[in-house]
Order: sequence, then C-alpha cells, then structure tokens
Amino acid sequence: MRLSVNNLACERGERRIFEGVSFTLSAGEALVITGRNGAGKSSLLDILAGRLHSAGGAILLDDAGERALPECLHYVGHRDALKAALTAEENLTFARDFLGNPALRPREALEAVGLAHAARLPVAYLSAGQRRRVALARLLVAHRPLWLLDEPTSALDTASQEALRLILERHRESGGMIAASTHSPLFLKDAKEIRIERTPNLPPSVGEGAEHSETGEG
Amino acid sequence: MLKSFNALLVRDLKLAARVGGSGVMGLIFFLMIVTLIPFALGPDLNLLSRIGPAILWIAALLATLIGLDRLFQADQEDGSLDLLRLSHAPLEIVVLAKVIAYWLVTGLPLALAAPFLGFLVALSPEAMLAMVATLLVGTPALTFIGAVGAALTSSLRRGGLILAILVLPFMIPTLIFGVSAANAALGGTIPFMTPFLVLVALSLIAAVVGTVGAAAALRSGE
Repeated sequence: MRLSVNNLACERGERRIFEGVSFTLSAGEALVITGRNGAGKSSLLDILAGRLHSAGGAILLDDAGERALPECLHYVGHRDALKAALTAEENLTFARDFLGNPALRPREALEAVGLAHAARLPVAYLSAGQRRRVALARLLVAHRPLWLLDEPTSALDTASQEALRLILERHRESGGMIAASTHSPLFLKDAKEIRIERTPNLPPSVGEGAEHSETGEG
Repeated sequence: MLKSFNALLVRDLKLAARVGGSGVMGLIFFLMIVTLIPFALGPDLNLLSRIGPAILWIAALLATLIGLDRLFQADQEDGSLDLLRLSHAPLEIVVLAKVIAYWLVTGLPLALAAPFLGFLVALSPEAMLAMVATLLVGTPALTFIGAVGAALTSSLRRGGLILAILVLPFMIPTLIFGVSAANAALGGTIPFMTPFLVLVALSLIAAVVGTVGAAAALRSGE
C-alpha cells in the first residue's frame, strides 16, 4: 500500500495556509511533519483524515483494494475522541467494534500503553497524559495501515514516549505507515521529514488566488 | 456495517444512562410542561380534556428539542466525530444509529408516559390510547427533522436556540397531523386513520430526508 500526496494546498477561511506539499509514503515508512505553530501541520493531517477539504492537489492511495482513505487510517488528534462518562475499556471496545478489523483486545491494548489498572475507571477521572495514552491504545485495537498522529507525545511522560516509540516501530515493521506532526523529536528510525511553511498571504488586491496557487512554489 | 451501527447505538444508549446523559431529562421536562398548563388554565376539566392532546403534543415537541443540540455537538467537541468519520459505514449509518438511540431515550419514553400524563389533562381512556399511538409514530419525525438542525449547528457554541428556530417550522406538519389524529379518536367527522396515516408517512419521509440531510450537513461542516 502506498500513499502519494501531490502538490497539496490548504485554505481555511479564505486564507491560504500552505501549498505545494508533496510526499509519498510506502509500507513501513514514517513521515515526520514539522513546522512552526500555525504552519498547517494539523490541517495537513485533517485533510488526509477527511476532516477538511483540500484547496488543490491530489491524494492518491494505491493497492488499497476497494477501501477509501478514511477506512485505512487511524487518526489521533488534539482532542482524544474519548467519552468521559465511559470507562477506558468501554471506549476501546466501542472503537474496536465500530472501526472493524479488530486487533488486540481492549485490555491488551491498555496493557501495552501501561494503563491496565485504569481499565475500569471512567475516562473523566484520568489525567491528560493518561487520556492521551487511552487514545493511543485505540491504534492497537483495530488494524489500520496508516496512522495519522497529531502531536502524539504531548502530555506524555518520558517513559510513555519511549513506549509509544516502540509501538510505532512495531507498526512499521509489520508494514504500517505513520504520518506524525510533532515539535519534539520522535526518534523514529530513518523517518522522512517534511517541513511545512505557511504561505505568506498576499494582499487581496492581487485578486487571482486560485491561479496563483497553481504556479506558486511547487 | 451492521456491527458499526450496533456499536454506536449501544455506546449512545450507555452514555444516555450515565451521569450527565440526557436520558431522563426530556421526560422530566415533558412532565413539567404538562403539569404547568392545568395550573395556568384553572380547573376546567372540559376545556382541559378538549385541548389535552394539543398540550401533550406541544410538550413532546419541546421535550424532543431540549437535548437535541447535544446530539452531534458533544461528539464534535471531544473529537469523537472525527473517529466516527473513519468507519467503513457511511456517515448516514452513523446518523441513523445516533438518531435512533436519541429517540429510544427521549421519544419512546414520552410516548409511553403519555397515559399517565393524560390524567393531568383529564383525557378519556380512548384518547390516552390515541395519544400513545400518535406519539409513538410521530416523535420519530420530530427527532429526524431535528437531527438535520443538530448537524447544521454542531460546531456552534450556543447552537441550541438557532437549532430551535431552524427546525420548529418544519415540525409544524407533524404537530398538525399528530393533534388531529388524537382528536379524531375522540370523535368528530374524520376517521382516526386518515390523519394517522399521514403522520406515519411524515415519519417515514423524515427518516429518509433527515438521515441524508444530517449526514450531508456533517460532511460539509469542518
């Protein structure tokens, strides 16, 4: 399976965030997305996850059978997508049943992120770091080849960051792909890196935004 | 696809039953409105039993609205909606599961509680049965219509009021045929089945239009 992104552009609220982003990702590869705050790292992941529409460019997925891109990926964003009233285990059970292609049991996934003791606690009682770990455990309960991670290490302590690195490397060894935006180094073995720069917003008097983007930096 | 549907349905039912869920709220609100009106109107039993079906229907409509703004907003806020987009089941199935779960915890209890509340507005036994029947087939229409508004306002912070303004006009036909079916059961020139079948049709149409519309609204929103 192979993901190629060609000349992708992003607009939010009529303002161009970035353009001309291209990369390819094959089985076993990892991509680290860096850039300043507001450069559009999260927006790039949002476009890949199908949350945002791109303003130009193409996203191609090869050898994925009949599955569309959103069905091939896990997305762990800033918001942990956990229900505070449900326990950690119930949250993972739901994700496992809902996403399909079940992998580890919720208990085993929680053990892998070192949270087996919190399985029966409502997520509302967990700390920010623990919640993040439950959200990361979701990666393990369903098989999805592409993992999109937005600042996966935020709120994690050093031990959990190391555990996450091992989980990510194991996923790559089994042929998975990872795209992660981050400020702190993830220490992934020979990961590709791309840096996103925010497009300087031209004054509106130029007035040919769409055409400009085609010929812009590519 | 069915597994995703079931998983989401079970999750939403569980959430409604937990602390902070909207499970009982709608029912209590329904009870409050129906209790308030006899106090306002005074103890005129004939008047109450004549306008009873209308009171119950308006109360049911408002009770359906009360928790509706959270239908998609809660998932939007904690990021669950992004997770729901990743299923192989289309967004329509997601909407359908959420709306059915919502109806099971609001619409269905309202319909079942109607006979007890019928006492407060001096309904006759036949009228109570008619109320249960009309609420049972009519409240799904209210929920499905409301779901479109809930999807449109899911990313707004104070979406509740806009939601009510958006969807209330579309609920008028359901209200008209719901009340007229309940009144027809009390006697009158039109047979009960005529408005009742229109009400059933309204629910079926709303189920299709509401599901597709809400899914489209969720797709277009960020």
